Amino acid sequence: MKDMSDIGTGPLLRVEGLAKFYGARVGCEGVAFDLYPGEVMGIVGESGSGKTTLLNCLAGHLAPDEGQVLFDRAGQLVDTVTMSEPERRMLSRTDWAFVHQHAHEGLRMNVSAGGNVGERLMGLGARHYGTIREQAVDWLGRVEIAEDRVDDRPTAFSGGMRQRLQIARNLVTGPRLVFMDEPTGGLDVSVQARLLDLLRGLVREMGLSAIIVTHDLAVVRLLADRLMVMKSGQVVETGLTDQVLDDPQHEYTQLLVSSVLQV
Amino acid sequence: MKQEQGRTMISVQDVSKTFTLHNQGAAVIPVMEGASLQVAAGECVALVGASGSGKSTLMRMIYGNYLSASGRIMVGDVDVASAEPREILRLRREVLGYVSQFLRVVPRVPTLDVVAEPLLAVGVGPDEARERAADLLGRLNIPERLWGLSPTTFSGGEQQRVNIARGFARQYPAMLLDEPTASLDAANREQVMQLIEEAKARGAAIVGIFHDVEARDRVCDRAVDVTGFTPAKVA
Repeated sequence: MKDMSDIGTGPLLRVEGLAKFYGARVGCEGVAFDLYPGEVMGIVGESGSGKTTLLNCLAGHLAPDEGQVLFDRAGQLVDTVTMSEPERRMLSRTDWAFVHQHAHEGLRMNVSAGGNVGERLMGLGARHYGTIREQAVDWLGRVEIAEDRVDDRPTAFSGGMRQRLQIARNLVTGPRLVFMDEPTGGLDVSVQARLLDLLRGLVREMGLSAIIVTHDLAVVRLLADRLMVMKSGQVVETGLTDQVLDDPQHEYTQLLVSSVLQV
Repeated sequence: MKQEQGRTMISVQDVSKTFTLHNQGAAVIPVMEGASLQVAAGECVALVGASGSGKSTLMRMIYGNYLSASGRIMVGDVDVASAEPREILRLRREVLGYVSQFLRVVPRVPTLDVVAEPLLAVGVGPDEARERAADLLGRLNIPERLWGLSPTTFSGGEQQRVNIARGFARQYPAMLLDEPTASLDAANREQVMQLIEEAKARGAAIVGIFHDVEARDRVCDRAVDVTGFTPAKVA
């Protein structure tokens, strides 16, 4: 490990020897990396490569069988795997956020758009209705949802709008780390572009760190600073995003990159 | 942000590169060996050599887009050949600009913001960044009615000029220019020449690939023939 003192801060997240097994089958194994504040890391690989398993282990949705997921709290790295369940839940309501591929998994479909955003704030103790509504409207504006839709339920929204609402709900509490599982999957291309633009702006303005799982190499090229390539539960290659895509070293990455259809 | 003239800014030291094509019988292709090159602040060095001799490859290695097999590539105080991704990203944000031949942007983002982005990334205020972007787009004769549109639908020449505007938005101490004058008309070519001369005057160290010999002779202080870095087996 290199001395990074010149950059000033330590890692936000440090993962060491992480593994998850499904019986004899490997979900993911031997995963280790550091993620620094403001960094966006993409995890790519085909279906079944273990990338979603890894994301769920990192975010505390799955208990890993081995390893540590250390998160910075006030300058101290704390192991989120061994912390108590209430502590971990608190973390996922404050410093962490999780954007699901299917917006309905991350939203309450029978609660208004404003309520969806406000609920995260109330979870942190906000009680003043006027303030909550004001912040909700502000965030809906940031994700380009018009104020007159604030009382509508997400069931009345298009796929792209639901995804933007899910992002607003997640970011309203000012998290430091966002986990995203195929955030643009299932959206049509023009909607994807809009969402990518939005995410890039938010990441830059809020100084967010993010871990994005996707199989879409075009998405990571535009969003991620760094890449981790997974195959059969193992990390086979890591590096700067454009370097991994333009000068892939591992056999599997070369296959992945050369299999992309050109338009 | 004037640099001290004459100080070495980019130093390529005995660098080599091979490509291993795993999906084509694991063929190992050595493409570069013993590449060395120094560029001082305020100097512009042209990479020359026949097509396929490795000019763009070397440039991509200096930018950290291609890995080096051995050697050192110092840009300022960072060794690109061994740096961590985030060190290279910081270098690209703050020190090393690159005008490639292709514009790669998020669809839907207006041209003005595409050009302003390198400034926004280092914390310049949006108004100031857009002002600088507007100034460059104006100089490069991109009509103002296009500034609010995404450059993805522009002509090749327009995209190239947007790319140049973006590359020159920040006053980087080191720059890589891949064919910056290709397919430009005389007026725009002259603007690009002047941008390069201004960058040199404020002390930027520049490595360029120019097929346009007249442009090369005007802005470059010397040329390095990359054919000398081609491994014997391949040449």
